[in-house]
Formats: sequence, C-alpha cells, structure tokens
Amino acid sequence: MSAVLRLSGVTRTHGTGAAEVHALQGVSFAAHAGELVAVMGPSGSGKSSLLTIAGGLDSPTEGSVEVEGVDLTALGATGRARMRRTSIGYVFQGFNLVPALTAAENVALPRELDGESARAARSAALAALDEVGIAHLADRFPDDMSGGQQQRVAIARAVVGSRRLILADEPTGALDSETGEEVLRLLRARCDAGAAGVLVTHEARHAAWADRVVFLRDGVVVDESGSAPVERLLDERPAR
Amino acid sequence: MSVKLALLALLETEPMYGYQLRTEFEARTGSTWPLNVGQVYTTLTRLERDGLVEPAPGAEGAEADGQSQQRYRLTDRGREEVAAWFTTPVARTQPARDELAIKIALAVTVPGVDVGALLQRQRTASMTALQDYTRLKRRAGDTDGDLAWSLVLDSLVFAAEAEIRWLDHCETRVRRAARERGERGDSAAATTPQPATQPVEQPTEQEAGR
Repeated sequence: MSAVLRLSGVTRTHGTGAAEVHALQGVSFAAHAGELVAVMGPSGSGKSSLLTIAGGLDSPTEGSVEVEGVDLTALGATGRARMRRTSIGYVFQGFNLVPALTAAENVALPRELDGESARAARSAALAALDEVGIAHLADRFPDDMSGGQQQRVAIARAVVGSRRLILADEPTGALDSETGEEVLRLLRARCDAGAAGVLVTHEARHAAWADRVVFLRDGVVVDESGSAPVERLLDERPAR
Repeated sequence: MSVKLALLALLETEPMYGYQLRTEFEARTGSTWPLNVGQVYTTLTRLERDGLVEPAPGAEGAEADGQSQQRYRLTDRGREEVAAWFTTPVARTQPARDELAIKIALAVTVPGVDVGALLQRQRTASMTALQDYTRLKRRAGDTDGDLAWSLVLDSLVFAAEAEIRWLDHCETRVRRAARERGERGDSAAATTPQPATQPVEQPTEQEAGR
C-alpha cells in the first residue's frame, strides 16, 4: 500500500510569544490507497487544522505534507492550487456549492479551472454524478435539491477526474442520520475503489466506517484504533 | 429476558420443530445471543406444561440421534401471551450491574489509578467494537430477515456509541476536576502565610501545636 497522504512531524503554531497557540504538535499521519481514516477529537483538538494542512489550504509551521509523493510545503501557492484541482477533493459540512451553477457545472468546475475543455469537463462531471447516484439531477441548481442531494454533488465534485485523496470535514454534520449514512457509504465505496480518504468527525458512529480511527487531543495524536486488524466480535448472520 | 417469549412469538408464524426455532431465532438476531438447542427443548417442555404450546399433529419423525422430533404450535393462551408481549413496553428494571461504570467509579476514588490511560484504552476498545458492528452492518442486505438483523446491529451500534460518548464525558469531567484541584492547591499556596494584619481566629490547640 502506498501512502497517498503523508504528514511528517507537522506542527502548526498561531500567534507568537505569550499568545502562541499550537494547533498541531508534531503530528505524523498517513492515509494509504484504499483506506478510509477517521480523525476524532474534542473541539479545539486540531482536527480541522490537520485537514486544511493536508488539503494544502494552510501550511505547517514545521514538518512536511506529501500528497502522492509531492511535498506541498515545497510548492508555492500556484503549485498547491494545482494540486488541489488535480489530486485533492474536499467535502465540507456546508456543501459549499456555487448556487448560480447547476450540479453538473459545480462538479465540472475544478476540471475546467484545470484547463480541460468544457465538453470533456462536463462528461467527467456526469460520470462523477452517476457514481453518486444522481446523474438525473445534473441540470438542477443547488437550491432545488435536498441537503443529501447537495452533499452528493459535493462528493462528486471531490472525486471528479482521477483525484485520489478525499478530505471530508464533518460531511454528515448537516444531514439526518440515514442520509448521513448514505454519504458515508459513498465515501467508503470510493476508498474501496482505490482512493485514500480522511474523515473528520465528532461522531463515533460515523468514524466507525473507517479502517482506522485516530484520536487527537491538544494537537497531538493520543491514540489510534483499528491499526491492528479489527477483532471480530460477531460472526456473520447465519444463512437460512 | 427468558427465551420463552421469543419462541412463542416465532410459533405465531407457523408450527415448528425445536431445531427450526433455534435456526429462525438466530436468523433474525444473528449470532448475537447464541441459543443452544437443549435450552430450546427445555423451554418447550415448560411451555407445554404451562399450556402455552401443544404438539402439532402429523409430520412426526426421528432425528439422526434417535431423539423423537415434535412439532409445536401455540394454544389460545400462548397466542394471548404473544399479543400481550407485543403490546406492552419492556420494563425498565433496576439497571444491570455495569462493570465499566463500576470500574470507572472505583478508578476515580482508589488512589494510584491512571484514570486518563484507563479511559483512553477503553475508548479504543469500544471504538474497535463499533467498527466491527459497522463492518457487519455494511454487508447487511435489504430483505426482511436482513432488516431484523440490521436493526439488532443498530442496537449494538447505538449502545457502543453511547458508551464512547460517556467515556468522552468522563474524560472531560476528570480533567476538569484535576485542573480545579490544581488551582485550589495554587491559591492555597499563594495565601499562606496569612498576612499578620488580618484578624485570625483563635487557633485550636491542634493547629497551634503545628
């Protein structure tokens, strides 16, 4: 298994002197192809900092961040933006869709920004919408869709093209429990198909969809579950 | 709960043999609460004695071990018992002894226990269990039998989640208590020695002797 994402000794400090706050302190962490990793921890533990740094939206004060072997900290702002368009997909709690664009246009956007022709970008977008089961809503605007449908569009946008790293920040936060589970099922399916996923959540029930669960507290990884094979407590349901 | 009511409820569908009752019970609840076949036969004997089931005519045979095989069906009283079960809530009795709650209650009061480490280890273990239930849930399909099994799994999932939330809560409370103890210790240190100008109460003999 190759690491799609690798954080090595990442420290992120805000402010200086007496006002200095360590959001992350020496965090090392990897997500491999085919793996979904959940990150849990109380508010202020550094979960979101970890994700914004992994996604190249913020840079660490110390340490390195590699995505598919490319060190993001060695790139300039332009290089990081290119990595975000080509390699990293982001899913937010609030969906963050552009309201004036249809579902297909929202999903095609990163491809078009990357210089792909409108036609090729649309066909990639339709394929991604099909993968999340809402190809028939391609020409709807976000306002005409339910929360669950909007989050599916956001997931399609995160996976469109050949992006292999998906970062999800509380993606189920605004959804009811059953719709939330559908979103997890989609993330899980994408990882089973070879992507690497990082899921930040405060809900244990959602974190349990991951292969590994990393616990953060005060910017430090304090524990990890599932690094050893998960012990089977129950057998499969007996066949009738 | 005794298996008595579960067996009666299954017989509501159709008359069944003992081994069949066991298979049907496990098909619905998975291997969560394994039932041995001896327990099924003992229960059926008792239910027959109490007039809740009776032998169903026909289709008698013999099992491989020579034990006679009998199909059972509900009596009218048995049917009433099932109806009553499905129309009344399960009683919330005295909570069962919960080893984890007892262990934490003792850990925070017995000296020398690293409560933080204990909570952390427990949370990892509970999380691992939750991952296992979720793995099974992901595979459950959409048929009626799968619905029953999937709901049983959900029950385990929600219970494990509640346990993890409670452990998080314990950790927050324990850390806050430790901090407050620290602060009280600090302020006590800062106010001693007491300023001489402040009126002090007459020291007791014990304190004066310090």
